[in-house]
Amino acid sequence: MSFYPLLKSYDGLDVNDYMRKVTSQRVASIIRKERLQALDFLALLSPAATEFLEEMAQKAHRLTLQHFGRTIQLYTPLYLSNQCVNRCLYCNFSHINKEIQRRRLSPEEIEAEAKAIASTGLKQVLLLTGDVPGKEPLEYLVQALDIIKESFTSLSVEINALSTEEYTLLTKHGVDGLTIYQEVYDEKTYESLHPAGPKRDYRWRLDAPERGCQAAMRRVNVGALLGLHHWPSEVFFTGLHAQYLQDRYLDTEISVSIPRIKSGPEGYQPTAPVSDRDLVQIILAFRLFMPRLGITLSTRESAALRDNLVPLGVTRLSSGVNTAVGGHIDEEAKDGQFIISDERSTEEIRQMLLQKGYQPVFQDWHNI
Amino acid sequence: MDNLRIGDKEIRNRLFIGSGKFADEGIIQDLMTETGVEVVTVALRRVDLQNRQQNVLRHIPPEAILMPNTSGARTAEEAVRIARLARASGCGNWIKIEVISDNKYLLPDNNETIKATEVLAAEGFVVLPYMHPDLYAAKALEKAGAAAIMPLGAPIGTNRGLKTKEIVRILIEECSLPIIVDAGIGKPSEAAEAMEMGAAAVLVNTAIATAGDPLIMAKAFSQAVQAGRLAYLAQPGQTVEYARASSPLTGFLQD
Repeated sequence: MSFYPLLKSYDGLDVNDYMRKVTSQRVASIIRKERLQALDFLALLSPAATEFLEEMAQKAHRLTLQHFGRTIQLYTPLYLSNQCVNRCLYCNFSHINKEIQRRRLSPEEIEAEAKAIASTGLKQVLLLTGDVPGKEPLEYLVQALDIIKESFTSLSVEINALSTEEYTLLTKHGVDGLTIYQEVYDEKTYESLHPAGPKRDYRWRLDAPERGCQAAMRRVNVGALLGLHHWPSEVFFTGLHAQYLQDRYLDTEISVSIPRIKSGPEGYQPTAPVSDRDLVQIILAFRLFMPRLGITLSTRESAALRDNLVPLGVTRLSSGVNTAVGGHIDEEAKDGQFIISDERSTEEIRQMLLQKGYQPVFQDWHNI
Repeated sequence: MDNLRIGDKEIRNRLFIGSGKFADEGIIQDLMTETGVEVVTVALRRVDLQNRQQNVLRHIPPEAILMPNTSGARTAEEAVRIARLARASGCGNWIKIEVISDNKYLLPDNNETIKATEVLAAEGFVVLPYMHPDLYAAKALEKAGAAAIMPLGAPIGTNRGLKTKEIVRILIEECSLPIIVDAGIGKPSEAAEAMEMGAAAVLVNTAIATAGDPLIMAKAFSQAVQAGRLAYLAQPGQTVEYARASSPLTGFLQD
């Protein structure tokens, strides 16, 4: 099984032309529908839908409340290593970026970092590394998991694409969630943005979330880096990918992230910027298309924007984030993967949620 | 006294509540005090057992009947492990089995639920399985040692009401265990309808937690459940298709 044939079946679709033809009446009728088709989702990403943002927001809010209640999951990333063999043009961890100091946490540092994060009350953590495939990095990760799992009830990973057997190995060591972005669904753009390294293999990465589902991950999170390519088509294919997985792997919770890419090494600037208004439209369209979809929002967004996005369909927020390796135990640690905009502590995020009438959920599963 | 007996507990208020979707879990205590609700279900997956001061259990009054649930479990094995964890953590021996491996509609897996019920009932738990209404599965749950049966009225969180009414009616007629309608009930009138049919209790979470005023909605549900129960006990008169004329047209045939 692969999402690729479904993706390719849309090769003849001119997304811009399709969206240009979407009328206000069509959008109004889609908002009233109970179940949306794939092209309805695309229509909600069209310029015609921008007139209906408030109506979409009202429905998205109702659906989110109905399915998730007044709750928001909290987690934080834990960066184990920024060593990377890839050359992604937009990423600070790219191996050609000589500006950053490379670092990989020792077992003692891993334990200290985990304890520092756990002391804020967080129980769900997302482990990140740069992309260094092979046996030794996997053994390192497994060793890290065995150290970290004592401090948390849920461990997710955001690492290079693995085989089903490798994902299964990780689940045996306590991993229950997988985040893997396709980065960009447009195949030609993907090739141009990944000029070297194993990550150049588009299909290996595209099928990784499915391999995660097959390896019995409880949660699989997909997404595109918004800004790398025309956002309506990127969001459309992200939605199709999420729906494809949700329809085939009923026992896996599928979610999406909506990260807006910022500047990268060597003066890289996103070529297809996404405005705040676009981001709102994206969240609302996702929620109307897939009412039970998890939607994750990172600290790439500002505190004010994150606060306002909470009632619109978001189900998961990162908090107390430091994207530098060792950032929670070493004040000197720098060279994060990206610049964060919401620097609030977990306690501050917790207070914000309570003030907005939401329950911050620190734990959603027992490591059993 | 028309109390409901489950396991060794006598229950006066036949509205059971869920605790999963409230903005502020602190409301649970007020809600129970104001309505007299006695049974509350708590998702054990969200209870930080190492930090009793920071979890939902601190909001459950000590006199309440705690019904931990196994939500999050996707197999019988996971449900059994959560149930054992609940009991070992001092949450009592009641357990609501939820085994759901469908993340799209959250429909319960009856086969896995039956397996978990069998194991846990044998270990002395008071097992309350949440199930997709089906007579054969309900009978299997009875045989497996369930203390009550909890069929859904509609998928979790939908507030769609008693969509499974005809099958729930059959379960009420055919099962010897109490039938507690769980999930889908969106309005007090629907809770009353379930009780009028002879349901032993109803469990409500989303409809209360997501109401504009959860406290008032809980009171409405509590009263509706009571009214429905009284109507059931009063044995409603027969419904007939045509009006019964007070001056019958054929009365002249009497001798």
